[in-house]
Amino acid sequence: MLQRLFHFKGGVKPQTHKAPSVQQPIGQAPLPARLYVPLHQSIGGVPNPLVEVGEHVAKGQLIGGADGWLSAAVHASTSGTVLAIEEHLAAHPSGLPTLTVVIEPDGRDEWLARTPVDYRALPPERVRELLRDAGVVGLGGAVFPSHAKLTAAAAVPVDELVINGAECEPYMSCDDMLMRERGEEIVRGIAIFRDLLAARRVLIGIEDNKPEAVAAMQQAVQRLGDDYRVVAVPTRYPAGGAKQLIRVLTGKEVPASKRSTDLGVQCFNVATAYTAWRALACGEPVISRIVTLAGNLEQPRNWEVRLGTPLRDLLALGKPKADSSRYLMGGPMMGFEIPSLDAPVVKATNCVIAASPTMFPPNPPEMPCIRCGACADVCPHELQPFELYWFARARNFGKTQEYHIFDCIECGCCSYVCPSHIPLVQYFRFAKSEIWSREREKNAADAAKARFELRNAREERELAEKAERLARAAAARAAEKKVASVAEVTTAAAAEATPATAATTTTEPAAAAPTVDRAALATAPEPPLVAPAADAQALKKATIVAAMERARAQREAVQPKNTEQFSAEQKRQLAAVEVRRAALQAEQAVSPATATPERSAD
Amino acid sequence: MEFISTPPFLLLERSSVRRVMLQVLLALLPGIAAYVWLIGPAIVVQLAIATLAAVLGEALMLALRRKPLALFLSDGSAIVSAWLIALSFPPLAPWWLIVVGTLLAIVVAKHLYGGLGQNPFNPAMVAFSACIVSFPALMSQWPALGLQLSFGEQFQLIAGLLPRIDAMSGATPLDALKTALKLGDGQVDVPTLLATQDVFGHFAGRGWEWVAGGYLLGGLWMWQRKLITWHAPFGFLAGLSLLAAALWAWNPQQFADPLFHLLSGGAMLGAFFIVTDPVSGCTTPRGKLIFGLLAGVLAYIIRVFGGFPDGVAFAVLLMNLCVPLIDMYSQPPIFGLKDAP
Repeated sequence: MLQRLFHFKGGVKPQTHKAPSVQQPIGQAPLPARLYVPLHQSIGGVPNPLVEVGEHVAKGQLIGGADGWLSAAVHASTSGTVLAIEEHLAAHPSGLPTLTVVIEPDGRDEWLARTPVDYRALPPERVRELLRDAGVVGLGGAVFPSHAKLTAAAAVPVDELVINGAECEPYMSCDDMLMRERGEEIVRGIAIFRDLLAARRVLIGIEDNKPEAVAAMQQAVQRLGDDYRVVAVPTRYPAGGAKQLIRVLTGKEVPASKRSTDLGVQCFNVATAYTAWRALACGEPVISRIVTLAGNLEQPRNWEVRLGTPLRDLLALGKPKADSSRYLMGGPMMGFEIPSLDAPVVKATNCVIAASPTMFPPNPPEMPCIRCGACADVCPHELQPFELYWFARARNFGKTQEYHIFDCIECGCCSYVCPSHIPLVQYFRFAKSEIWSREREKNAADAAKARFELRNAREERELAEKAERLARAAAARAAEKKVASVAEVTTAAAAEATPATAATTTTEPAAAAPTVDRAALATAPEPPLVAPAADAQALKKATIVAAMERARAQREAVQPKNTEQFSAEQKRQLAAVEVRRAALQAEQAVSPATATPERSAD
Repeated sequence: MEFISTPPFLLLERSSVRRVMLQVLLALLPGIAAYVWLIGPAIVVQLAIATLAAVLGEALMLALRRKPLALFLSDGSAIVSAWLIALSFPPLAPWWLIVVGTLLAIVVAKHLYGGLGQNPFNPAMVAFSACIVSFPALMSQWPALGLQLSFGEQFQLIAGLLPRIDAMSGATPLDALKTALKLGDGQVDVPTLLATQDVFGHFAGRGWEWVAGGYLLGGLWMWQRKLITWHAPFGFLAGLSLLAAALWAWNPQQFADPLFHLLSGGAMLGAFFIVTDPVSGCTTPRGKLIFGLLAGVLAYIIRVFGGFPDGVAFAVLLMNLCVPLIDMYSQPPIFGLKDAP
């Protein structure tokens, strides 16, 4: 039964501070006066609002439908009335607003009819859909839609399914308490993942500073008669990083350029397994999560909190001490300072820490890098953080990529040990986002170039057509003069006759008729111009078709990035623009075709 | 670039540049203690002069560069350079020579290249090389062994109040051996010289071998505290002793044994305090090894075949030049990409 353990390089051992928050069982957080449920709580597409202001919603009712495959649904955390669908402060370091459904609870907390399903009786595809529509995402903090991780690579069978109960961040104990209290449901949830991936072995990794959780999970596994291995792994941050835990338990190293399934391994958080089980076996979508309330509080504890609960209401349960000056979401290694306590609890909220100035003193001033290499010694991905820092600082982003900046998991070990107190991870985030935005800009520029070429081609074509028309009109006028001199008809009669003449030569009589006089006055282009114009027409047509093809390819190549969120109003406007654009494009696609019979009539 | 309230949020007192530098100074103490025992308190005076010059030079440059004085003066890096200079210069050198050397290191080698963390060359070695080229006589006058000078006399020598007389100065054991071999023109052999001449002790220079032992002790302590890795010192000592061993095995009459070279001149100080300088040295494990190895080989070649009493300074400066190249080609494979070509 002994499991061979592997070792990952680097890592640090900060003090864990976990004991205070595990003294009491998980508490049920009371219903707040208002719930602010953001629509975008996972990686991937922003769910579309499916409710309207004033509508009554039931607990568990879908309020945001998954947008595309890589997205996850969002549900009402209690029954009540939708007060607004508006921009509200997000639980994000930027403090920027995001589209949020505001619900006033009716206090009855009534569930929508729940429909448990037996996932074994359903095709895997259907199970994945159900998980997506139940809003099951990675609750370790990454909030990646779980259903999208539940497909094995085509050629590689999944040897190991790694279940992450390591919880390496200091202060955090939500997974610990969940494993202690609800181990059986976690184990049942793991079975769903194992079956969907057809995994051969299941390894549950828990840091060895949580013996109670290890014992609870072992008991649960035994009770349910499964052959999962519960493995205590050495306590060392970031042992709970998916890639580190995979390495420790299986010896496999997953680089940024590969998916873990390519190496025959997949990893899920324990809380994710728990919610997957609740979603399928109880028909309860993800509307709450366990949140650790820790730090400078009278009563640190874990709470089961409805998503959308304002952080202010949640923190009140822990009774922050008077000198608490700021609040962190997530752990002290990777978390961020909450810009405002008006922000709500979301699926990514695993821990809220009240901090006093003595607990987390302000960062000491940044000194120059002395290349001591302490960061490289602790980097679990064996990068050279100081080199990346020099390149990021110099905005030499090509070099940062050469030195594998996208393999950085932003665990913060380098910043933690840096004697010069350089916020290295911030430099890496800066470099990454610069690289991403440059790629976006390049794509946008390519699309703009295609549009510009298209427009140029259209204008040239229109000019040529106009020249052709004018030439034709001039020819008609010359012929008319001849007729007039012979038949001695008045100019008025000639003008009357013109439409008829024009109608025989052009499909656009209305346009030709009024131009006759002006064309004659403005010394119209010579008739010979018509011939080259007609020759160039084929070339131009080809250019137009090519440009349109490029534009279409560009549009398809540009991946929609969910860096922006739009309000319902903005979305409507966008849709209207899209319709207009489609109509215009259809028109443009048709007009070169109609030009052909026009010329052949000549 | 400014970032506001960034993780990691401090959990305990973290390391700092000041702590690193302080530990380096501590690690120098065993060597300094042996030095005092050998020469007398003169070396402490030199350390004080160098420290003062370094702090003043640093303050001046920081003020000119409009950098926060208190923050950078307290980092201790200038004092480390100063101490290394005082320990590598002759202990009874006149005060102004130490001051000139220290200012060269701080003003030219450090701040003109951009200050802390930016200097491509080891400041102490720049000072040593510049001074030995400019003042070869003064830089070669080491107190003759058996010369019993009172502290007052030593102080007066340093202050330039006593005339420098030949009887007071000798050469380093390394220099003595080289000169004797050169003068002997093949007629004298190393074992006889080592056995008969007063300047040599059990393994190397009399007394100096214990100073070298002190540096070794401090270096091992730094290694144990993870301030340095084993790569650069090991490479340096290996490069020096392997070449020494090869030539000694080939002709023991004309070449001293490896132990003599390891315990002579700046070998130990260089191995643990100079080639381990993170700023001007290599950073990757393999790079550090290569850097140390080549510096050791060069140091041997320069000290044995060159015209200067020791080769550590020139060897280190030459290798400083190669650092970017070595670092670039010695990047270690990263997590998950170890099998990749």
